[in-house]
Order: sequence, then C-alpha cells, then structure tokens
Amino acid sequence: MISPLHLLVANAAALLALAAIAIGLGRSRLGATLTYGGTLAVSILTAMIAAWALLGPASVPALLRLPLGLPWLGVNFRLDTLAAFFLLVIGIGCSASSLHALGYGRHETSPERVLPFFPAFLAGMTLVVLADDAFTFLIAWEFMSLASWALVLAHHHDEESQRAGFIYLVMASAGTLCLLLAFGLLAGPGGAYGFDAIRAADHGALATGLVLVLVLIGAGSKAGIVPLHVWLPLAHPAAPSHVSALMSGVMTKVAIYGFVRVVFDLLGGLEWWVSVIVLVLGAATALLGILHALMESDLKRVLAYSTIENVGIIFVSLGLALAFRANGMSEAAALAFTAALFHVLNHSVFKSLLFFGAGAILAATGERNMERLGGLIHRMPVVSAAFLVGCVSVAALPPFNGFASEWLVFQAILLSPDLAQWNLKLLVPAVGGVLALAAALSAACFVRAFGISFLGRPRSPAAERAVDANRHSLSTMIGLAALCLLAGLLPGLVIDGIAPVSQALIGDSMPAQSRIAWLSIAPIAQSRSSYNGLLLFLFIAVSASLAAYVIHRVASREARRGPAWGCGFPVVPAAQYSADSFAQPIRRVFGSVLLRARERVNMPAPGELRPAFFRVELHDFVWEKLYAPIERAISFGADNLNRLQFLTIRQYLSLVFVLLVVLLLALAL
Amino acid sequence: MDSLVLDIAHLLAGGLVLASFMMLYQDRLNALLNVFALHAAILALAVAWQAYIQNAPHLYLTAGIALVFKALVIPLALYRIVRQLGIHREVETVVGIGPTMLAGMALVALSLVLMLRVTPGADYIAREDLAFALSVILLGLLMMVTRRNAVSQVVGFMSLENGLVLAATGARGMPLVVEISVAFSILIAFIVIGVFLFRIRERFDTVDVGALDRFRGDRG
Repeated sequence: MISPLHLLVANAAALLALAAIAIGLGRSRLGATLTYGGTLAVSILTAMIAAWALLGPASVPALLRLPLGLPWLGVNFRLDTLAAFFLLVIGIGCSASSLHALGYGRHETSPERVLPFFPAFLAGMTLVVLADDAFTFLIAWEFMSLASWALVLAHHHDEESQRAGFIYLVMASAGTLCLLLAFGLLAGPGGAYGFDAIRAADHGALATGLVLVLVLIGAGSKAGIVPLHVWLPLAHPAAPSHVSALMSGVMTKVAIYGFVRVVFDLLGGLEWWVSVIVLVLGAATALLGILHALMESDLKRVLAYSTIENVGIIFVSLGLALAFRANGMSEAAALAFTAALFHVLNHSVFKSLLFFGAGAILAATGERNMERLGGLIHRMPVVSAAFLVGCVSVAALPPFNGFASEWLVFQAILLSPDLAQWNLKLLVPAVGGVLALAAALSAACFVRAFGISFLGRPRSPAAERAVDANRHSLSTMIGLAALCLLAGLLPGLVIDGIAPVSQALIGDSMPAQSRIAWLSIAPIAQSRSSYNGLLLFLFIAVSASLAAYVIHRVASREARRGPAWGCGFPVVPAAQYSADSFAQPIRRVFGSVLLRARERVNMPAPGELRPAFFRVELHDFVWEKLYAPIERAISFGADNLNRLQFLTIRQYLSLVFVLLVVLLLALAL
Repeated sequence: MDSLVLDIAHLLAGGLVLASFMMLYQDRLNALLNVFALHAAILALAVAWQAYIQNAPHLYLTAGIALVFKALVIPLALYRIVRQLGIHREVETVVGIGPTMLAGMALVALSLVLMLRVTPGADYIAREDLAFALSVILLGLLMMVTRRNAVSQVVGFMSLENGLVLAATGARGMPLVVEISVAFSILIAFIVIGVFLFRIRERFDTVDVGALDRFRGDRG
C-alpha cells in the first residue's frame, strides 16, 4: 500500500534527480523546458497529495524511516496535518513558480546557474516540512538555505548581488547554528533527536526559554523578523523573479513552519510571557517592514519589505494563539492559529503573484525602479489587472483573501479582554493598533506601487516600449489572481481545511463554517461578528457597474477645451507625481523618527544655471545600531588576530609554553 | 622496600632537576654542553636505579642508551658543531638569569602541586618521579623559550626529552619498544636539526634564530 508520505518523499527524490539532470543539460534550451516542466508536474502532484492528506480520509500522521544518515537514527519522515498544510502552500507556490519560469526562464542570461539549484531548492523545502528528527530537519534546512543562496548569486557579476549573497550566507549560517543549538537542547544529554522523543521529554524552564530564543533567532531570521530581517530585502530581489517569488512567498513560510513545529508542537505547553515576546516582535516587524516598503522605489524591494510586514502579521497571530493557549482559551487560540495559517496561505499566493508581475515588468522593460516606469496599464493590460488583484489582496481590501485573514486576526485581537494577565490585556490592543496602522500603510504602499508603475505616463523609453508577458506568465498570474479572489469569496472552505491542523496542535478548532448559511464566516458566534465575502463582492460589483454605467450615460461626451499650461503636467513625464513624492507625507510623519529621514534641498542662487537638487537621506537604525558594531568588532578582531600569523619561532614556542602552564595551573588550583 | 632505596631514587630524580637548573644559567655553549652531558649521565643513573628497584632488566638497556647516546655521542657531536661553527664564545639569554631562575622555581612548584593534587592514590615512587619529570620537562621548555641560539634550543629540547624518559621509567610496565622508539626519534631529530643548523649557518652566517625572522615573507 503506497501512502501519501511515500509519494511525497518520492517527489522530493524526483526533484533531486531533476537537479542532477539539470547540471548535465545546463545551457541547452531543452534543459529549461525539461527542468521547469518536471518541477511543475512534481509540484502539482505535491499540492494534490497534500490536499488529499489534509482534507481526505488518508490516515495521518504517517511515519517513514529510511536507513540513511546516522545509523542509530536513520532518516525519519512524518506526514501530519501541519506538514500537509505547509506542503499544500509549497506545492501551490512551486507549481506557480515553475509555470511562470517556463516562459520567464527564456530571459535568463545564464540558465546553468539557475536550473540545477531550482529543483534542489524545492526538494529542500519539501524535506524540511516532512522531517521527523532534528538531524534530517537541519540537513534539509541547510540544503534549502544553500540552494537558495546559490540562486541569489545567479547574477553574480552584479556587485549588489554579491553583497546580498554574502549577507544572506552569514545570516543563514548563524540561523542554522541557532537551530542546531536549539535542537541540541531539546534532545538533551541522551541525544534523543527523534521528534517523538523530544515531544515526550519534559524540558526544564531554563532549557525551554533558551530553545525559544534560539528558535526565534534561527527560524525568525529566515522568516525576516525585525531585527534579523536585513538580508531579506537584499537577497530576495537579487534572485531571478520566479525564485524571488519562491523565497518571499514560500521559503518564509517554511521558516514559519519551523517556528510552529518547535513552539506549538515539540515544546508543548508554554508560559504566557512567551507570547509577549512573539507579539512585540511581530508588531515591530509589521510596522518597520511596511515603513521601509513605503520608502523604497525598487519594485522588488518594495515587495520584499512587504513580505517582512506580512511575516509580522503572522507572528502577531501566532503570539495571540500562544497567549490564548496559555490561558486555556482554546477556542480563541484556535481562531488566532487559524488566522495565522490562513494568512500564510494567502501571503504565499498574492506575494508570488506580485513578484511574477514585477518579473514581467523587469523582463519587458529591464527596470526595477518605479521612478522609471509608468503607463504600463496600456502596454501590459493583463499583467496590470493581475497585479492590481495582488495589490488589493496585500492591502487587505475586501473581497480578496488578504482581507479575510487579517479580519480573523483582528477578531482574535478583540477577544483579548478575556485574558487573565493585565500585561496582555494592555499589550494586545496596542499591538492591534500597530497592526491596524501597518495595514493602512500597506494599502498606501500598494496604491503607490500600482499607481506609479502602471498609471500615468511612461517615465522612460523602456517603459514606453513594454509588451505584455508571454502566455505562461500570464496564465500563472491569472490563476493566482483567481485563487486570491476564490479564497476571499469562500474563506469558510479554507478555515474548515485548516481545522484539522488546529485540532492537532491547539486541541480545538474554529466552529465549522460550512454549516453557516450563505457562505458567511463567523469566528466565534454569528451573533458576535460575521463576514460574507460573496455578498460583499456582489455589492461591490453591482455598485461599481452601476456607477460606471451612470457616468458613461450621464456625463457629457462633448469635447472640452482645457488650459494649455496645466501645471506643467503634460510637458515632461518626469514632472508627474513620483514614487518619492507619494511617500513624502508618510516619510515626514513616521520616517523622521523611525528611519531618521532627512530632506535636503540644494537650490541654486537666482541667476545660477545649475539644476536644483532634492536629496532624501534614510537611515536603517537596525543596521547602524546592531549590525554595524558587530561588523566593526569582527573586523577589528580579525585585524588584530592577523598579527599572530607573523610571530617569530620563539614567540610561537612561548605561546605554547604559556598555554601549557596555564592549563596545568587550572588543573592544579 | 626500605626507605634508603626510595631516598636514592628521590635523590637521583632531584639531581636531574638540579642539573636542569644548572643549564638555565650557563651562558657559554661549551659549559652548557658539559652540564647537558651531566644531565644525561644522571638520567642514566636514575634509570638504572629504577631498573634495580623495579627488578626490570630491560630498563638497564634504556639506561645504556641514555649513557652512550645522550651523555657521550650527542654532546661530543654538539662540541664538534660548535667548534666548526666557531660560536663557542657565548650564549645570549633573552631573559635575564635571575628572572629565568625564579620562573624555573615557580614551574617546579607548579609541577609538585599539580602532581600531589592529581595523583593522590598512586604509588609513592611514581608520584615523586612524575613530579620531578614534569619539572624537568617544563624547565626544558623554559630553556627553549629563553634562548636565541639554535644549539642551546636543541639542548633544551634534549633535556626535555630526558624528562620524558624519566617519567616513562618511573611508570611500571612501560614496554621497552616505546623507550627505544623515543630514543631513536630523538636521535633522528638531533640529526635533522644538526643538518639544519649547518644549512642555516651557510645561508645566513649565524645560528641566531632571531636573524631568520628578517628573511620571512610578506607581513600583514
């Protein structure tokens, strides 16, 4: 009898085989088609198996032990509902990325640098989720990190890519080291690395606290939690666009899986103060991520910073789940946990969509800088429509999916008065306020991203000559846009799909939504609050069509004459509203404190012929206060230790001698 | 086993430490080599005494090796080298004699304290022997660190090895093959170092190892 788990492990093995084949095929045209076609087929299969394991009658959890690796441990795999849910996310994201790459991959200048690593990256992510012992988990995790690092360095001649690759490698290694230590603590002195043994063991308070901090650093740095996010806006945009989509949309989710697996599953019951850490970090991440996104004019970096914001939302939601669970409020915990997983799914869908849109723009114009785009809605109508759907979803506007999940998060926040601890009673509404601010800023950010890129007039010749993307990319984007709408219209289906996961980890689940009439969803009870995406959609559609009809019928069709000089607008495209000017009010309100934004105007004296300059200075205080000192300390230490290379023979002898005497002294005293 | 036997073993091991101290303050190469020959002779006596009290005939062989090679062959060869190199005038100590002697005393105290602390349950002779042997080893190292002349560094290394042999013979049941191989490795090391001494001398006109540093590659 072949179980879903066998098939999934076989899928991962097939991906690894594809990676090996891709090394051989390298540059040839056939290589790209074969690799991406293969990953597409395998990913679709993964998504289907995962959906079947999650929703179908398949018996989970299933176990599988392969006689590889450490002889006394083997390589253990386990498929439970949590793994199945994340595999579904991975499957959807990877199949979309593969389909997009079938068309987009042709623009790749050096495919031999991308093709072998792409299936390997996919295999790494799949295996992380399936792993059932610390050894397998860490190997798969590091495999995933290194494969994605190689993909970040695909354009290795670019100096910015080199820097991004270096910082990513350092952060990823540090993160894995923290996870290694965390699992070491969990396994205990006996070295019980199997997850079932870790689950069964009783960890002391100190070990639990240490593990929590280490996992927050290890998984959090991969997910992009402030202040460990610095690599993310560098590395995600540096990769080819279909890989950026995977890193932002899917790999951050694998990191969240790691956090959930350790904190919710392996550690078991936790004190309430744990949730305070997670809540505060999540809120800071959301706010700082979206503020950076608003200040950025590189389209892919805007998307990467917005990923940080969304990760923040997910962590806030997970923190709420921890708080409710510690207080024994299992229904509320299930609500918050479901909201987190719902947002995981949503973010992976709409962020992939947005990155594909940015990739299509990059392929069509060669530009990532919004200040040199504009007017693309005329040249790329389908891409712009799909991108608009993605923007509306990420801005959490109804009736799309982003609204549904963020609404659930806020519903969970509204339950905070029932918490027992005063600290949490005061903290959670404040976090909710920060989250609301972040959501509003996120809407502003994506109005800016869409408006500057697609509306107005082309700001560069390249933007004037853009053409719509190829059919593979277009069908991917249309498919993802449809998923965004579908999940927004029928959130009840997704919530019911997540129910088994929350049942397994929280011990409770949200009330079944499919029984509620008219496809509404009601998180607690219908009398308290409910949301009907379908109804809202119908209302928006009807009222918008009505408005359009009225405007077309009632408005006059006569030609109008306007002033010849309309504030300089039609004269040069550069005189349009720009990305920087859109961000200015928000920069002045928030940026002056959080980002230390400074504006300088360099105005020529009357009669002088040089142009005026307007300069904006932004400071990333996380980098300057946290990373720059570390960097300085390391290079100072390295410079000074370098002297050790140039001692005389006698000095080396003395070093050995002194060390020997010190060791003997330590033994004697 | 009466106390006289123990006292003699103690005396010989202590004599070795004393000879090590004597080496520390010799500032002429010929005198240093004389003391080294004395050092090796005392070692041979100590090992022979151990062979007698432990009733282990193979230790007499070790004592013979020590006497022939270390007390006669190697010092004579070193005399030849020193004469051929024409450096029998002086040994430069980097650190003054007073501080060196003080450091040596501290090292002896350290090894005594350490051995008393570490081996409370061991045999009485073995404990004393080990403490003295460790002192000899540390004093040999100290000598290597405080001298600049390559010949006196070789002598320091040899005296360090003497300490190792003393430790090995103090422990009962050490197989002969280990001692012989240690002795031969020291002999080979001596030959190699001797060859190098001449090569260094040929090239740099000095056997002061400080002079070598000027000829090293790029710095920092």
